[in-house]
Amino acid sequence: MLTNDKLSLIRDKALWMRRTAFTMVHRAQLGHPGGDFSAMDILATLYFGVLNYDPKRPDWADRDRFVMSKGHATGALYATLCAAGYFPEDWLPTYMQPKSLLNGHPNRNYLPGIETNTGPLGHGFPVATGIAIAGQLTGASYRTFVLTGDGEQQEGSNWEAAMVCGHRKLANLTLIIDRNRLQQGAGTEETSGLDPLDDKYRAFGFDVHEVDGHDHAALLSLLSAAPGDRPRCVIANTTKGKGVSFMENVASWHHGVPNDAQYAQAMKELV
Amino acid sequence: MAHAAPTATGFQDCRNIWVSTLEQLAEADPRIVAVVNDSVGSSKLNSFQKKFPDRLVNVGIAEQVMIGVGAGLANGGRIPFVSAASCFLTGRALEQVKADIAYANFNVKLVGQSSGVAYGELGATHHSIEDFAWLRPLNLTVIVPADAWETAEAVKWAAQHDGPVYLRLSRMPVPDLDVPKRVFRPGKAETVRDGRDLTIIACGTTVHLAARAADRLAVEGIACRVLNFATINPLDEEALHQAAATGAIVTVEEANIHGGLGGAVAEFTASHRPVPVERVGFPGFLPTGPVDWLFREYGLTPEGIAAAAHRALGRKG
Repeated sequence: MLTNDKLSLIRDKALWMRRTAFTMVHRAQLGHPGGDFSAMDILATLYFGVLNYDPKRPDWADRDRFVMSKGHATGALYATLCAAGYFPEDWLPTYMQPKSLLNGHPNRNYLPGIETNTGPLGHGFPVATGIAIAGQLTGASYRTFVLTGDGEQQEGSNWEAAMVCGHRKLANLTLIIDRNRLQQGAGTEETSGLDPLDDKYRAFGFDVHEVDGHDHAALLSLLSAAPGDRPRCVIANTTKGKGVSFMENVASWHHGVPNDAQYAQAMKELV
Repeated sequence: MAHAAPTATGFQDCRNIWVSTLEQLAEADPRIVAVVNDSVGSSKLNSFQKKFPDRLVNVGIAEQVMIGVGAGLANGGRIPFVSAASCFLTGRALEQVKADIAYANFNVKLVGQSSGVAYGELGATHHSIEDFAWLRPLNLTVIVPADAWETAEAVKWAAQHDGPVYLRLSRMPVPDLDVPKRVFRPGKAETVRDGRDLTIIACGTTVHLAARAADRLAVEGIACRVLNFATINPLDEEALHQAAATGAIVTVEEANIHGGLGGAVAEFTASHRPVPVERVGFPGFLPTGPVDWLFREYGLTPEGIAAAAHRALGRKG
């Protein structure tokens, strides 16, 4: 597919996914829409421009792996997996309903396409490290991508994983940090500061890049670049709530949910 | 598969057979890998490392990523045996064990080394006596081998079982149980002595002590059943029904009596058939002392178990 066609597809999918995720959250009156929307362009770029997968064969051994470490952003993840063909659209309205397969946090035993159970923060990156080690041990061709929140980087388990990735030169792993600079109640830098995040990961042995996390072309170019000789860290500068004027950069939309008027307003903006 | 009764009477450190069994399995199945938190020596994995240098993943002193890496290796089609001192494996990384292994249902084998009070004088930080209480409610098969033969069988079973397992091993030397024609059946208790007056339910390092307690009681004319309760989760409910039918139960474990094997038996009997249950084990954090002293001090001896049996019989209706 030509790059321009790919970018057009990613743009269309990202828009559908934002509308879909917000509809799920509105219907359930539960969710984490702020973080859904900061991550959405990263997910759209990965699933419609980068990852090698087959929704009909979710256990295919050589599939590229995507691990959603910020497991609370299930609005984004489920909209993505649905758009990618892992399950039908009519499952989406069950989001967080009793006995739904679309649990508030993802469960690999419920839905195809989920690589591991996440939700408690700081779990996805260590698991992704193990997936990448398995690939390294067997010489498999698959790549592993893991997306963490930025506040999530405060969990020490990430730095255990970073040390292992650097030590083993896991070039088949790409860590993407959704750098929206907000955690649930306040800014990351006023809570327990993360900067300079790039220097930290460089010191741990990563090939570090910064990118506008809503620029599909820049994301596509960076995430689809061939692996180098060490693990890659992509700090994606994003806006929490991106795409809906009243949500952008407002911390309370971390787990805020829209009323009917807000939902209608958002649907007008997401076109 | 039936095995001849072990004839050796000497005491053995079961870590030796754990690692020789793992090496045999690894020779035959390239998917088997070991994951450690710098615990190569304490897990006796030095020779494994020599034979399969690429298949021993040492993440350094970092238990959270150790467990996460185990889950990830399973995702990548490997069969990881994650081996570390059980106090750190289960305590430090408990949320990873819960979320990444049990809840995610990955085919990972957690191998707790030097469990119970094996570290003796090093104190409560290094004792692993809370692990039954932590792990029993999770989606994990929990197996506590009683001797070298059972350790080998449990490792072999774990390797071919598709699902998460916790093997609780010990470094404390134990004798082979004197049971003829043994068959390893996960989830099933093994009868070590039979009797109708009461039942002693033991696991791991305490089973041979329970058998000796039963032998003492036999001299007094008391016929004890002794069960080797190697699988703590899931419980062998049939064996527990039959144990309750003897009218009195003693549980023995190298673990905290709150929430462990004794707790499980008490929960079961309270719900199904209330009978006196005397729990022998540890009540909480322990004072400084060597392993054998701790065992004596808290009644994990043939004498102490026999005394508990008398207490249970005294309460029998």
